[in-house]
Amino acid sequence: MSSTEKVELDPAIRDAWHVCAVAADIAPGATAMHCLFGQRLEVARDAAGRPVVRGDGRVLPALERYGFIWTSPGTPPEDLFPLPGYDEPDRKNVVTGSVGIRVSAPRAVENFLDMGHFPFVHTGILGEEPHTEVKEYAVAIDPVADEVVATECQFYQPRAAVGSSGGAKTEYVYRVPHPFCAILYKTSPFDAVRMDIVALFVQPVGEEEIIGHTMMSIIDDRSTATEVRHFQLTIFGQDKPILENQRPRKLPLDPRAETPIRADKSSIMYRRWLTSKGVAYGVIPAP
Amino acid sequence: MLTLYDYELSGSCYKVRLMLGFLGLPHETRHVDFHPGREHKSDAFLAINPLGQLPVLDDDGYVLRDANAILTYLASAHDPGGRWGFGGDAARNGRIAEWLGFASDLTGTIGAARLHDAFFHDIDADAARAGGKRLLRILDEHLWFQERQGAAWLAPGDHPSIADIACFPYTALAQDADLDLADCPAIRRWHDRFKRVPGFTVMPGVFPARE
Repeated sequence: MSSTEKVELDPAIRDAWHVCAVAADIAPGATAMHCLFGQRLEVARDAAGRPVVRGDGRVLPALERYGFIWTSPGTPPEDLFPLPGYDEPDRKNVVTGSVGIRVSAPRAVENFLDMGHFPFVHTGILGEEPHTEVKEYAVAIDPVADEVVATECQFYQPRAAVGSSGGAKTEYVYRVPHPFCAILYKTSPFDAVRMDIVALFVQPVGEEEIIGHTMMSIIDDRSTATEVRHFQLTIFGQDKPILENQRPRKLPLDPRAETPIRADKSSIMYRRWLTSKGVAYGVIPAP
Repeated sequence: MLTLYDYELSGSCYKVRLMLGFLGLPHETRHVDFHPGREHKSDAFLAINPLGQLPVLDDDGYVLRDANAILTYLASAHDPGGRWGFGGDAARNGRIAEWLGFASDLTGTIGAARLHDAFFHDIDADAARAGGKRLLRILDEHLWFQERQGAAWLAPGDHPSIADIACFPYTALAQDADLDLADCPAIRRWHDRFKRVPGFTVMPGVFPARE
C-alpha cells in the first residue's frame, strides 16, 4: 500500500462528505479503523447509535446515509446529496459490497459512467456483441444541483438486472452529484415507471488506492440480498482488472491527454466539471 | 443432482466451476454471501462445513468440502475416461497430487494477499505476496521445462489434469494480489493453452483467450 502518504487537499475535496465505512459494519460499542486520504480514521457509534469519526487528533463531522458512514476532513455542507427514490417503502436497499482497488477515485467514477465497455467487459450481462454501439445521449451540468447528468442513454443488455428474464433495451440516467460518487438509474424489469438505482461511492484511501462501495436500491420483491450482491459483485469484479491496468492511475484532466470518442461525452463533461471545481486529488490537473 | 455452494469471486470455487464446465455436468448453484455478508461463517453454513470455507459440493447427499477433494471426486466419479484425474499411470498420479499441494500453497499466498487487498482480511500481505512470487517462479520454471519436452500441462500426458485446474485460478488472478506475470512467460503461455480447452469458462478478473 504505497499511495497513502498525506497530501494537501484542494478545498472542493476537503469540504465534501466522503464515505468511510459500511454502516452495518459498525456495531454499537465497536470501533473500527479505516483510512481516508492516507489518514487513519476511527469509526464508532455513540450511546445513541450515532456515528462518531475521529481522525487527525480530533472529532470529525459524521453522517449516516444510504447504508454508509460519511465524514469530512473540512467543513462539509449540512447534508449529503439527495437520492430520490431511496426511501420508497417497497424498494430493496442492499449494500452490495466494498472492494479495494488500486486506482484513483475519479478513474473509478469515469469507468462507472462508460457504456462502451459493457459488451466487452460485462459480456452476457450488461452487453454482448454485436450490440456494441453507444447511441447518442445527452449530457449536461445541472447548475442548481451542481452535478453532471447524462440522460437518454440506451443500451441492449442481455441481463440488465438480477431479476431479468431475458435481454432488453435498457434506459439509463447517470448522475455525478459528488466528485467521487456516481449514481445510475436504470429500467427496472419489474416496474414500468420507476427505475432501479445503482450507486458507486468511492472512498479515496490514497490518491491511487480506493475502496469502491456499491449500493443498489431496486424494485424487486423476488431476488434475495445474496443474489443482488452476487450480481453486482460479479460486475464490479469484472471492472477491477480494467481499472487496475489504467495508466496513469490518476485521471488526466488536460483535454488533450487522452483521445475521446463520442461515447465518452459524459467522461469529457465529468473531467471539465472536476477542473471547474479545482479538484486536484486523484487527478493530473490540466496545465 | 450436483449442488455447488459457490461464491463468484472465489478462486477456489472457480476451480470447481471449471471442472463442472470441462465435464459438462449439469448442476445447481447455491450462492453464499462470502463478502460482504460473511455467510460462510454463519451457523447455517458451519453446519454444512465446520471449517467455514468454500466451496462445498453436494452430490445427492454426499457432501464434500475442499476444492482439491472436490476435483479429485469429480474426476473419479464423473470422468469415465479418467483423462482429468487419477488413472492407471502411477507417475502421472504422483505428479497430479504434487501440484494439487502446490495449488493449496498458491491459495495460501496469492489468494491470501488478494483477500487482504480486495476484501480487507487481516493478513500479513507482504509475506503472502513474497511467498506467491516465489511459487510463480517455481511454476514458470517447471512449465518452461515441460514445454522443452513437448509437454503442455503440469503433469505428464497429452490431456490437462485437475492439477492444471487447481493451479490456474490464483495464478490467473495474480494481479489482484499486485503480482505481475510479465516475468513468467511460460505461465502466460500455459494460461493461453488452458483457456482454449473446450468447456473453459471465465470468472471476474479472468479474461477469455485472445481470438
